[in-house]
Amino acid sequence: MSKPDDAPKITSLADLFAVAYQIEADAVERYETLAAQMETHNNPELVAAFRDLARAEAIHRDEIRRLAGEIDVVEHARKVATWRRGESPEAIELGAAHYLMTPWHALQLALEGEKRALAFFASVVETTKDADVKKMAEEFVEEEAEHVNLVNRLLRKHPKPRDTWSDDPDPPNAQG
Amino acid sequence: MRDCQDISVALVGSGGAGALTAGNFLQEAACAAGWHGLLTRTVGAQIRGGEAAALLRLATHPVECLPDRYDLLIGIDWLNAQRFGAEIEVGPQSLVIGDPRGGEPPPVVAAAGARTVLIPFKEMAKAIPDGRQNMIALGVAAKLLGLDAELVSALIEKRLAGKGAAAIRASRAGIEAGYRAANGIDFDLRLAQPAATSGRRWLISGNEAAALGAIRGGIRFAAAYPITPATEVLEWLAPSLDKVGGTLLQAEDELAAINMIIGASFGGTPSFTATSGPGLSLMIEALGLATAAEIPIVVMDVMRAGPSTGIPTKSEQADLNIAVYGCHGDAPHIVVAPQSVVDCLFTTQWATYLAEALQTPAIVLSDQFMGQARSAIERPADIAFIGQRMRATDVVYPYKRYALAANGISPMAIPGTRGGQYTADGLTHNERGTPTSGAADHQAQLDKRLRKLEQFNYGSHWATIEGDGELAVVTFGSLTGTAREAVARAREDGIEATLIAPRLLAPVQPQAFARAIEGKKRLIVVEQTHGAQFYRYLRAHYDLPAATHVLNRPGPLPIRPGEIHQAISEWRH
Amino acid sequence: MATLDMRLACKPADYKSDVKPIWCPGCGDYHVLMSFTRAFAELGLPPEQIVVVSGIGCSSRIPAYTSCYGFHGVHGRSLALAAGLKVTRPDLTVVVASGDGDGYSIGGNHFLHACRRNIDMTYVVMDNRIYGMTKGQPSPTTESEFDTALAPGGTGLRPFHPLVVALASGANFVARCFSGEPNETASILVEAIRHPGFSFVEILSPCVTFRPDEKEWKSLVHPAPVGPTNDPAKAARRIMTDDGFNIGILYRGDRKPFQPAFGTPTADVAALEKDFEL
Repeated sequence: MSKPDDAPKITSLADLFAVAYQIEADAVERYETLAAQMETHNNPELVAAFRDLARAEAIHRDEIRRLAGEIDVVEHARKVATWRRGESPEAIELGAAHYLMTPWHALQLALEGEKRALAFFASVVETTKDADVKKMAEEFVEEEAEHVNLVNRLLRKHPKPRDTWSDDPDPPNAQG
Repeated sequence: MRDCQDISVALVGSGGAGALTAGNFLQEAACAAGWHGLLTRTVGAQIRGGEAAALLRLATHPVECLPDRYDLLIGIDWLNAQRFGAEIEVGPQSLVIGDPRGGEPPPVVAAAGARTVLIPFKEMAKAIPDGRQNMIALGVAAKLLGLDAELVSALIEKRLAGKGAAAIRASRAGIEAGYRAANGIDFDLRLAQPAATSGRRWLISGNEAAALGAIRGGIRFAAAYPITPATEVLEWLAPSLDKVGGTLLQAEDELAAINMIIGASFGGTPSFTATSGPGLSLMIEALGLATAAEIPIVVMDVMRAGPSTGIPTKSEQADLNIAVYGCHGDAPHIVVAPQSVVDCLFTTQWATYLAEALQTPAIVLSDQFMGQARSAIERPADIAFIGQRMRATDVVYPYKRYALAANGISPMAIPGTRGGQYTADGLTHNERGTPTSGAADHQAQLDKRLRKLEQFNYGSHWATIEGDGELAVVTFGSLTGTAREAVARAREDGIEATLIAPRLLAPVQPQAFARAIEGKKRLIVVEQTHGAQFYRYLRAHYDLPAATHVLNRPGPLPIRPGEIHQAISEWRH
Repeated sequence: MATLDMRLACKPADYKSDVKPIWCPGCGDYHVLMSFTRAFAELGLPPEQIVVVSGIGCSSRIPAYTSCYGFHGVHGRSLALAAGLKVTRPDLTVVVASGDGDGYSIGGNHFLHACRRNIDMTYVVMDNRIYGMTKGQPSPTTESEFDTALAPGGTGLRPFHPLVVALASGANFVARCFSGEPNETASILVEAIRHPGFSFVEILSPCVTFRPDEKEWKSLVHPAPVGPTNDPAKAARRIMTDDGFNIGILYRGDRKPFQPAFGTPTADVAALEKDFEL
């Protein structure tokens, strides 16, 4: 849905750090939201899976903050890190959740998120005229590539679920 | 010529004859001269041109009910007057005046054996430029009652000031012609001089009194849908609320009306609506919402004959069940019933106070008789019942809107109050207001809402209790005045009887009621219902003596004081 | 004017309560909640100045999930609650949340009159073209051939077109959003709330449980071909050829909002008694 000009414009190193920070911060929040949903809907495996992902993203987020040094990424992100259409790349699609989803599904979504983030930074590398920004963006591309590899390795541990994964013997409950 | 303490006059006419206007003027003239008076009317179903009767009872003392029969019945014409049936009952002592060209008097009148006199209203009106029959009839009535002609004419001038000099001239001429025509008539009743009153006096209807009571109690927002016979409450309220900084919204239906007042009350403004039986039925769901979410509102039901569309212009008392029991689930709330035109003011004001203090709906059960009757009253004193809910002001988020207070009343945070944010809900909730399906919370909140009503001190206003003796007449609403008169007549016969009229119908007051009927051996329950709803309600909640009779009848005919008097007299042992 | 306190409440997280939503994972309403909190943060309003009013249905659960004041009323009557509230408390920001059943079926009458009355508030209807909470009956916006238990083979009825009705009844702001675009939805909500008078925002919000076919909405929605107009006739032309998936603001009108004078007496209660004096 989102086109390049729906995403934030990177015109400086501060912009890049702020946006990178926000991408990770949004991912943390998204994974925690999904963990809470899974808790309410009694899917403990997914609670653990999403909480693990949230923790991993939190580490990335805090690392970026540290890397940014003097730049107040939190404040700056408020100004520049806005997506007019679509959402930030690692905020995985809420609409794709399902109360019976398996860790494999969660990791597939996480994988897509990491790939989108990688593509985002790659496009910054491609389009920026600023040498410092380009260098840092290349670093972020490498980072994201490592994340993609990590998720792929995690996926090896989870076989693709059977077609009946979403079968629930109980009918839905009317509530109102 | 006998001096008497009260005289009753009925003026009947149709098709624009103006009987009601004449009745209005007659009451106003008499009351301006110092007498008390109660004016009601009965009309056909047509919007215009239908048969109409003004029913006026004048007296030297306050009167709160219609008489057993009319001393004077003036028929400007008799067209379709038989539809009134026994509402315009006369007796052998009565005087009936009719127009020889006005049709035949109704059978019930003809059969009464009253004295008849003929006055050609129509012809006399034709003889006056722009002359009207009702002014002639007014003149006749005023003369027979002994009212000063100048007083009457001065009143007409004041009231018709907007209609121009020609109209005033014609009216004066009509009144004078009526006085002349009545000159030769032998009417041996005359009103005794009224007692001097020091206070200011008003002429007011029950509906208007209720509206003023609401404003005095603090109501500043109303939303409503018009319905007979409640519409006059809204008509007076709309401009009046504007003046005192409030407002009235006409809603698209009763469902919107009651939800609007709940929303306004949630926002902190004491709010009100008025309706009749069919509208109250529509409002029942939202009454449950206000009860469950603990939001104060005042809902007036000006009862009319039911069920369903019923008889919109006639009085009855059969909305008791729905007022008390209408909500699904257990949803106790306040139900009060004013007892007279002047009591409409007090009781509506008190209802506002109770609703706000107890954070619950208060239903005011008035009826068409009181609502549309106009009475002369002393200016009611200002009383201290002002609606004031307990507000949560110094709160920290998340706060417990429905905290289990010892007296059941938890402070209410008004939107805008920092820290007080909560979501009001009809879903069963915990102390915070969060929906829950848990047993403990459901029980606790039901207990809380019942407790707050039961522990409250309603004081002596809960009922009118007068008199002594082994027999008690138990009634409510507009029948209180009728029963009072019957008890007074019984006392004249040497029979002591007590009048018990609860003003607070819900929650019930078992201990207070038991005290009131202690030592009573016989009870007569009087009510204007077909199904004896009040009697069954009393039996459900109170211990009644084994000897209890019920005098009940649905509308449209009012229960007369004579009927209750007879019931008392015939049941000595 | 933003005070320090207000700036503290400027993060979307500050408008979320700790109550965990019971919506099914995958429900579009989670996104709508995000849009709400983002919009409120953007507006910089303190949570205690906002009231979210709702009726009954899955979407109507939303007030308790915010940290604002809320009113979860009975089925179909949220607009009436909100009208009484706003007229007597014009200082508050009132947002009404509803669904296609609550808003267009039982609430239909109030919808017409709310648009007509044009009180300053924002009406958000989360349309999932089904009754979710009661397990899958057709709603007024359900496609006529959609098979359900209560209408086997489909209702055979033409679906209700809420934007047409809103425009015809006098709504001062009419827009359609898609829950899957929470940022875009948030910015339209900000505009709707800021726009005076009655603002109507329909949000297509898929039901993961009873309308799994609505997963394809994300490929069906598209930005409206043209920007908003303040000419109701132009808006009417556009909406009559709309395919149901145009996203954006259709109409921004200039009607003056209805707000009677309230709170300033011009007479005291005793003055009212003159009406009755003999």
